[in-house]
Amino acid sequence: MAEPMKIRAKMEGDAADVKVLMSHPMETGQRKNEKGELVPVHFIQSVTATHNGKNVLDAQWSQAVARNPFLGFRVKGAKAGDKITVSWIDTTGDKGSIDTTVAAP
Amino acid sequence: MHQLRRKLLKAIGAAAPLMFTAGAGLLRSANALAAAWNKTGFESKVSADALKSLGATTPQPSKDITLTAPDIAENGAQVPVTVTSRIPNTQSISIIVDKNPFPLTSTFDFANGADSYVSTKLKMGQTSNIVAVVKADGKFFSASKEVKVTIGGCGG
Repeated sequence: MAEPMKIRAKMEGDAADVKVLMSHPMETGQRKNEKGELVPVHFIQSVTATHNGKNVLDAQWSQAVARNPFLGFRVKGAKAGDKITVSWIDTTGDKGSIDTTVAAP
Repeated sequence: MHQLRRKLLKAIGAAAPLMFTAGAGLLRSANALAAAWNKTGFESKVSADALKSLGATTPQPSKDITLTAPDIAENGAQVPVTVTSRIPNTQSISIIVDKNPFPLTSTFDFANGADSYVSTKLKMGQTSNIVAVVKADGKFFSASKEVKVTIGGCGG
């Protein structure tokens, strides 16, 4: 499931505004495939974000987060050029990670 | 389903020792985070149980929480939800969709200067209240908003 993620971080006032898109089916376990069989649950459980290596956000998710999840957050005190990393792990142990540098406003 | 759950439990069990060794903060791996996953809360079928799992049986309504979501969501599979807390020392934000099969959708813990703001997209099975639960200084606060759903986003 290591498909491309997208990330963008830009200074807005005194904080870096970060937007992330992950590629993931986020199966609820309630959807049926074309054969009428239930598709097993498969979703991103945990997401973590760091700012210059320091942990800033830990998220726990259920299957109710929409397919190809979007996540927006802000990091106060960040500066242009700082590094933001976002990683996730899903219910099967698959992982994804992406990083970027904060852009000037 | 049961098999998957067993596999999941096993994975959680295997990752548990990491919580203790890597709990210092800087080196917390994704595995350790998976171990911290609030299984009780996420498997609760009613909001009251989900709240209990957060330690927030009766959160106090607060005007210092802004919960932004559409009045009407045409597609329950992609409902944009944004929560901002202006309550000092906000530690975490959880989002509950009352009428979803599993109401607790997410918990976001903030650290090291992260703004108490989060934006995401959720699935909603039907018209429901969305409740944002904020933990600040160990106390719980909430704000809610009803979102009408025309097409649910769980099955398909």
